[in-house]
Amino acid sequence: MQFSFANQGLAWSDAYFLAQGLLNTVRLAAAATLVGTLAGIVLGWLRTVSVTARIATAPFVDIIRSVPMIIQLILANSFLSILGFGASPFWFGTVALGAWMSAVTAEVVRAGLLSVPLQYRKSARSLGMTGYQELLYISLPLAFRTGLAPWIGLVLSLIKDSALAGVVGYIEYMRSTQILITRTHETWLLLMGAGLFYFLICYPVSRYSRRLERKVRV
Amino acid sequence: MIRISNVQKAFGSVIVLKGIDLTIEKGELVCLIGASGSGKSTLLQCINGLEPIQGGEILVDGISVHDPKTDINKLRCKLGIVFQQYNAFPHLTALENVALAPRVVAKRSRAEARALAQKHLEHVGLGDKGDSLPSQLSGGQQQRLAIARALAMEPSYMLFDEVTSALDPELVGEVLETMRLLKSEGMTMVVVTHDINFARESADRVAFLCQGEVCEIGTAEEVIDHPRKEQTQKFLRREKRTPLEIVKSSVA
Ligand SMILES: Nc1ncnc2c1ncn2[C@@H]1O[C@H](COP(=O)(O)OP(=O)(O)OP(=O)(O)O)[C@@H](O)[C@H]1O
Ligand SMILES: [Mg+2]
Repeated sequence: MQFSFANQGLAWSDAYFLAQGLLNTVRLAAAATLVGTLAGIVLGWLRTVSVTARIATAPFVDIIRSVPMIIQLILANSFLSILGFGASPFWFGTVALGAWMSAVTAEVVRAGLLSVPLQYRKSARSLGMTGYQELLYISLPLAFRTGLAPWIGLVLSLIKDSALAGVVGYIEYMRSTQILITRTHETWLLLMGAGLFYFLICYPVSRYSRRLERKVRV
Repeated sequence: MIRISNVQKAFGSVIVLKGIDLTIEKGELVCLIGASGSGKSTLLQCINGLEPIQGGEILVDGISVHDPKTDINKLRCKLGIVFQQYNAFPHLTALENVALAPRVVAKRSRAEARALAQKHLEHVGLGDKGDSLPSQLSGGQQQRLAIARALAMEPSYMLFDEVTSALDPELVGEVLETMRLLKSEGMTMVVVTHDINFARESADRVAFLCQGEVCEIGTAEEVIDHPRKEQTQKFLRREKRTPLEIVKSSVA
């Protein structure tokens, strides 16, 4: 132990610290995915049915999609601090990443809904379904099939972007890695570990999505 | 009874229907024929309120289809419609396709809806295809599935919009057979078709649509075999030629 302290500066307690960061990353990504996806579905649907809603929400969607995540995070953080919101870094991160997720998911949902052939919708309505029933039983499931692959892509981006949440003071995995690097100067080892970790999360997700896609596309 | 009186319909500045008058009695099979673009599909979709109209009135069993006070979803349960293509919901099995509307619209229990769906699948000869997805069915089977799905709402009227024209020739027969079966059971039907032979042998009356109006209407014998109007004669001369004759004449 003494040896490893002297040469690497890494202790077993650091593993616990990293595990905590890892858990925080998963928590943040999961929360932002959930919030962003639900909001994105509603936003995407609104943007297909109402011209007013489309125009009103266009600045939100466009700005969020075009401004780099790190700038958004910093701006949101300082803006909210100035306004005196004392929310926890976890919530800052969730709101910022969730807002991004909702804007990009909305576009996927909108494209998916628009890709549903009009004839299916007419068939549904001709059977006496209301507009909402048609949406629920026909359009959304069909939009899900076209939107699934791009949506998974967004989740992967989100997981990776969550590494930026350190700038608002959230100790997720990347931030905890940086802290350890500063202390121990074990740059290579720690960064490789971080890279491996993101790979280990993202790779199964993308593999699973490919399987799911194949199953859904019949 | 479906009573269509002086119905006018325009898409923007394009006037498609210029005052259609047509009455369809209970138990009758009326064929609508006419050139492409004459407004046949549009008329069918006006009948069940999928398309709004700009003038006139359509009464189904005395209820005005386009009256804003009408519960259109309830009225549509009386009017089954089958389109030319893209009919079967691709994400649902054949049985689910048929059971969906009885369950969510007619509020039947899941078990009841499935039993009803099975009955109607058997009716159109798809009793063993309940678990198949539409992509695993042939075009003709998909069209029969669409017919079963409409029948499951127990409609009083069935509207068919060129249901065989997207099919391979060898699959047309089975769909027409299903339609003849419905007619023999006394279903009231409005059938848009390019199949003059089907119209001749099955229709009680044939209506020829031309430039947004009912140009000629009568029994199949009157309209198809002894048309009086010049437009009808011209249209039929073109339609009656089999594809082979068209090939011959263009080769000659
Ligand atoms: N949604 C629409 N928007 C604009 N114009 C339309 C629309 N649907 C149909 N039309 C026009 O209305 C006219 C009648 O179309 P309709 O589909 O009713 O003809 P049809 O008699 O069914 O022809 P076909 O035999 O080719 O099916 C056409 O000129 C068509 O271009
Ligand atoms: Mg048509």
